[in-house]
Amino acid sequence: MQQTPTTTAPAPAQTTTQTIQEMTDKGYAFGFVTDVEQDTIPAGLSEDVIRVISAKKGEPDWLLQWRLKAYQQWLKMTEPTWANLRYTPPDFQSMVYYSAPKGMEDGPKSLDEVDPEIRRTYDRLGIPLEEQMILAGVAVDAVFDSVSVATTYRARLAERGIIFCPLSEAVRDHPELVRKYLGSVVPPTDNFYAALNAAVFSDGSFVFIPKGVKCPMDLSTYFRINAKNTGQFERTLIIAEAGAEVSYLEGCTAPMRDENQLHAAVVELVALDDASIKYSTVQNWYPGDAEGRGGIYNFVTKRGKCQGRRSKISWTQVETGSAITWKYPSCILIGDDSVGEFYSVAVTRHKQQADTGTKMIHIGKNTRSTIISKGISAGEGQNTYRGAVKIMPTADGARNFSQCDSMLIGDRCGAHTFPYIDVQNPTAQMEHEATTSKVGEDQIFYCRQRGLNQEEALGMIVNGFCREVFRELPMEFAVEAQKLLEISLEGSVG
Amino acid sequence: MNTPILQISDLHAGLEDKPILRGLSLTVRPGEVHAIMGPNGSGKSTLAGVLAGREEYIVSGGSVLYKGQDLLEMEPEDRAREGLFLAFQYPVEIPGVSNTYFLRAALNAIRKHRGQPGIDPVNFIKLVRQKAAMVKMDEALVKRNLNEGFSGGEKKRNEIFHMAVLEPTLAILDETDSGLDIDALRSVAEGVNILRGPERAFVVITHYQRLLDYIVPDVVHVLVDGRIVRSGGKELALELEERGYAELEAQSRSENQPALAAG
Repeated sequence: MQQTPTTTAPAPAQTTTQTIQEMTDKGYAFGFVTDVEQDTIPAGLSEDVIRVISAKKGEPDWLLQWRLKAYQQWLKMTEPTWANLRYTPPDFQSMVYYSAPKGMEDGPKSLDEVDPEIRRTYDRLGIPLEEQMILAGVAVDAVFDSVSVATTYRARLAERGIIFCPLSEAVRDHPELVRKYLGSVVPPTDNFYAALNAAVFSDGSFVFIPKGVKCPMDLSTYFRINAKNTGQFERTLIIAEAGAEVSYLEGCTAPMRDENQLHAAVVELVALDDASIKYSTVQNWYPGDAEGRGGIYNFVTKRGKCQGRRSKISWTQVETGSAITWKYPSCILIGDDSVGEFYSVAVTRHKQQADTGTKMIHIGKNTRSTIISKGISAGEGQNTYRGAVKIMPTADGARNFSQCDSMLIGDRCGAHTFPYIDVQNPTAQMEHEATTSKVGEDQIFYCRQRGLNQEEALGMIVNGFCREVFRELPMEFAVEAQKLLEISLEGSVG
Repeated sequence: MNTPILQISDLHAGLEDKPILRGLSLTVRPGEVHAIMGPNGSGKSTLAGVLAGREEYIVSGGSVLYKGQDLLEMEPEDRAREGLFLAFQYPVEIPGVSNTYFLRAALNAIRKHRGQPGIDPVNFIKLVRQKAAMVKMDEALVKRNLNEGFSGGEKKRNEIFHMAVLEPTLAILDETDSGLDIDALRSVAEGVNILRGPERAFVVITHYQRLLDYIVPDVVHVLVDGRIVRSGGKELALELEERGYAELEAQSRSENQPALAAG
C-alpha cells in the first residue's frame, strides 16, 4: 500500500492588511570566519586525492582499499533526483576534500596545543573546550573542517571502558572495533552521497559503550566548517553493547559565504540487546541569505540498527540551517521487541528547502516505531516530509504511529508530505495522522490582545507546535533549540 | 463626575469597501456596565474589533479616547497592557501551549508595561488557583493547552478566567452568551458579576436579552446600522425582547435612506 503524496499550497491571506509578511533578512549569528593557517589540499577528486587523505591520517591499507572501492562505485552512481528539491548540483571537481588547521594533522593531544584562535571560535559558539567550563558535564568532540581539534572528558569516560574519540584515532587504537562496524549499517555504496563520504571521509566521532555501562554524561560532537570551498565529510560511529545506554548530541555551524558548501556526513548507530541510543541534533548550518545565495548543502545519511532484542534507537532533530537539507535518519528494527523513534522539527525560511523524514524498517517481531515530524515553513521556504514505514513478512505484531504536522507562516511558502507505507504482514498495526495549519492572524491577534507582541506571539505558537519534539531533547539542548527557533523566525511577521 | 474610561465620538469604521459603523458615540465611566444590543450585522462585533485593534478594520472618521489617550494610535498589545480586555466571541486554540504558561506570559507582559517585576511561578500558581475558584473554572481546564479541545462553553469560561487573572480596566465581552446553554450562561455571568467593581467598566455586546437577566447593565444601547439609535435603562432590553429590532431598524432606514441604498 502506498499513500498518495499530498502537497499543500497555502491559501492567500484573508485580510487586506497582512499581518504576516515575508521574512526579513535576519543575521546568522555564527557566520564568522576563523583566521587560522590551514593545511588544505588542492581542489578536485581522484584516487590520488583519496590516497593523500588516507596518508595524512596514517591509515592502514585495509581502510585505504575500503575508500578506493567506495570511490570506484561512486563513479558509477548518479546523484539522486527524487527529492523535492531544486538546486545546482555541486561541482565535485572544484571542491576541496581535506582542510585542517596547521599543527592539528595528528589529531588533538592536549587542549594546550589547540590554536588559541580555534579555542576562541568554540568560545564564540558557546562551546568552551575547557572541561571545567562545559555545560553540566557534557563531553565534547570538536571537529573543525576535516579534523577533530579537541575531545573532552576522555579520561573520565575511559575509567568505565567508554571510548569517545575522533574516528581517525579509533582506526589507529581500536582497529578491530572499527573494522567490525564501519559500514555495517550504511554500506559504502548505500547511496551516492554515502559512497562519496566513504571515499573521502575525514573525521568524526567514535563512541563505544561497553556491555552494561550507562554513559554517565551526554556525549556531543560539534561540527564547524571554516575553510572556503571545502566539503565536510564526517563519519560518526556509535556502538552500544548489550545493556549499554548513551545520549549523544550533535551541533553544527558554518561561516556565511556566497558559495554553497557541501556537507555529506554518514552516521551509523548499532544497538545490541537491551541497549539504548538517543541521538539528538541541532543543525544550524549557514542557511544562505534572503535571496538564496550561499548556504550549506546538507546531504546526510543517518541510520541506526537495532540489532539486539529490546534495543532502542531514538533520533531527535531540530533542523533550522542549511540551504538544502536531504536527510532521513532511519532505524532498522531487527531485534524482536526493538523500538525506533524519530522526532523532528524542520524549519525553512528565505529560500531554504528541506526534504527530510525517516525510514522505519520492521524486521523483528513486535517491533515498534514512532514518527513525529513538525515542518515549519516561512518566507519562501519549502518543507517536505518524506517517510517510509516498511513492515517485513517476519515482523509479526509490528506497530507504527506516524504524525506529520506542517505549519505555514505567510503565503509564499510550501509544505509537502510523502508518507510511504509498505505492509507485508497482516498483523501489523499502523496509524498515520497528518495536519497542515497556517499560523492564523486570529491566533496572533489573540495573543496580542492578551499583551504579547507579534514576535512573542509567533514564538509561543511555534513552540507550542513543536512541543512534542522539544520534550525529547536533553534539557540544555531543548532551551537552545527553542531560542534558535525564535531567532530563526524573528521578523517573519511584520 | 469621574473621567470616562472610554469615549467614542462619531466613529466611522468598516472593512475596506464596506462602511459598518456610521457615526457611533459612546461614553463609559468607571464602575459602569454598558450593554450593546442589536440585530445581526448592526456592527456589534466591528465595534469590539475596532476597540481591540483588529487590523482588518479601517477607521475613516471620529475618535476613541481610552483613559484620555488616543486608543486608535495604540498597537493591540499596548491596548491590552493598558488594561483593555476583549473576551472573544470565538476564542482561538493554540495547540501545545498550556493555558497557564500563556497566561503567565500575558500577565508578565502587562506587569512589565507597568514597571512591575514579573510574577514568579509559585505565586502565579497561587493566583491562578484563587482566580479559578473565584470564577468556578475547572482546574483541569486551567492546566490544559489553550482552548485545545475545549467545548464552546469551556472556551467562553476560559475567557472570563483570563479576565479574572489579568484584571482589566475595561472589559469588552463580545457575544459571550452565544452558544451557551442556560447553566453555562449563568456561571459565565456570575464570573463577570464577581469582577464588577468601582474602577472597572464593562461593555457587554449581545444579541439576546437573556444574558442581561444575569449581568444587569447600567445602560442599554441599541445599535442599528452602525449607530446607536436608542439608549436607556435595563428595562429597554426587556422591551426589545418583546418587540424585536424590526421597528427600530425600519425607523433607522427611513431616516438614512440614501446612505443605505447599497447596504
